[in-house]
Amino acid sequence: MRVRFWGTRGSIPVALTAAEIRRKVEHALLAAVDHGVCTREQVRPFLEKQLDFSVSHTYGGHSPCVELDAGGREITICDLGSGSRPLGHHILSRTAGHPPTINVFMSHVHWDHIMGFPFFAPAYVPGTTIRIHGCHDVLEHAFRLQQSRPCFPVDFSRLAAHIEFVRLQPGVTAEIDGFHVTPMLQRHTGDSYGYRFENGGKTVVYSTDSEHKLDDSAETQSFVDFFRDADMIIFDAMYSFADAVSVKEDWGHSSNIVGVELAQMAGAKRLCLFHHEPAFDDERIAAVLRETVRFEELTRTSQRLEVFATYDGQEIEV
Amino acid sequence: MDIRQSRFGGAIVLLPVGRIDHATSEDFRAQLEIIVASAAGEALIFDLTRVEYISSAGLRCFMLASKQAKMHGSPMAVAGLQPVVKEIFEISRFTLVFEVFPTVRDAIATVAPGALSAYDGR
Repeated sequence: MRVRFWGTRGSIPVALTAAEIRRKVEHALLAAVDHGVCTREQVRPFLEKQLDFSVSHTYGGHSPCVELDAGGREITICDLGSGSRPLGHHILSRTAGHPPTINVFMSHVHWDHIMGFPFFAPAYVPGTTIRIHGCHDVLEHAFRLQQSRPCFPVDFSRLAAHIEFVRLQPGVTAEIDGFHVTPMLQRHTGDSYGYRFENGGKTVVYSTDSEHKLDDSAETQSFVDFFRDADMIIFDAMYSFADAVSVKEDWGHSSNIVGVELAQMAGAKRLCLFHHEPAFDDERIAAVLRETVRFEELTRTSQRLEVFATYDGQEIEV
Repeated sequence: MDIRQSRFGGAIVLLPVGRIDHATSEDFRAQLEIIVASAAGEALIFDLTRVEYISSAGLRCFMLASKQAKMHGSPMAVAGLQPVVKEIFEISRFTLVFEVFPTVRDAIATVAPGALSAYDGR
């Protein structure tokens, strides 16, 4: 199974500023000088092996959208944040002339998770089928509300694709295009739902916008069970642990610390830090990743948990 | 979870022993709740020299104790963190929330200076 991250930022999309790009270029050129890069042939190896990711790349700024590709006939997506705009164009280019069926699984309908849909090109292509799955009774209402006057010029009713809303039940596994999909209720304002996807012996859990209180051992255990033996957990690690249990308590998000602990208890193989804080720049996200890797080392009791900080455009083979 | 207590003037030094993790945190939290309620404005200094590990559940106990201590007017500080615990405090950003000192004496000198002579004469 291949996982493609189209949007990894939380709450609101962000973009690099001119000053930030200039700082990256300056940092890269100075590092190149320090490493004695003086020929064209040395440039690419230097970029790939010597320069920090946070300098040579960016974690990106699109709000949540993740694609799961297990080689099925249909297309599987989690959430329709602003990252679904580039994904939509990608879908059009790879399905040219053959309108696809797209299955979307919605964690919830807060704006950062639906805002890409008015710009999701397949929605405007006749013959395309889009099935939007979720557990909220307000699912369809939220999409229609977003695409109505005075918020957006193209009313939802004018979309050319065939669009269905499919209600799922927490804890009840559905079989959709080869995936066994199980939703789970999560703690978030207005509720959110995580999804456990199983296909061909591989398991990916998408669990964003989820706060973990830790004072209820039964609740903790239920998430450990939900994450059990996952090959990859995509986890809301927006806040530091101190913030999550103090000034940002009840804001509905979690931390890298809790992500590592739950993943370790579940015996998961990979933890993907997701829903990055929009106030964090690339260096800060890279620092959070370094610290999380270190925390995993400090707390490891058995198998190693691989930790990633997700970025827009990243692809991971599970 | 064993928490040893010593009183020095207006400071209570608390010495937890062992791991503060998911298995022990509820007992730790319950004990702290009673200790903080009875402190009545006295400073609470956590001597963590004998804590070998702390999980998120343990960190949360400190946060709850801190909130309760504020309500009771008790200053609170932690001291003597072992290297692993110190790193966990740093990674979780608890070092930005709590006053952290190398030693119990340093903590008392800052948050309860009136208790320092009693501590030095122990």
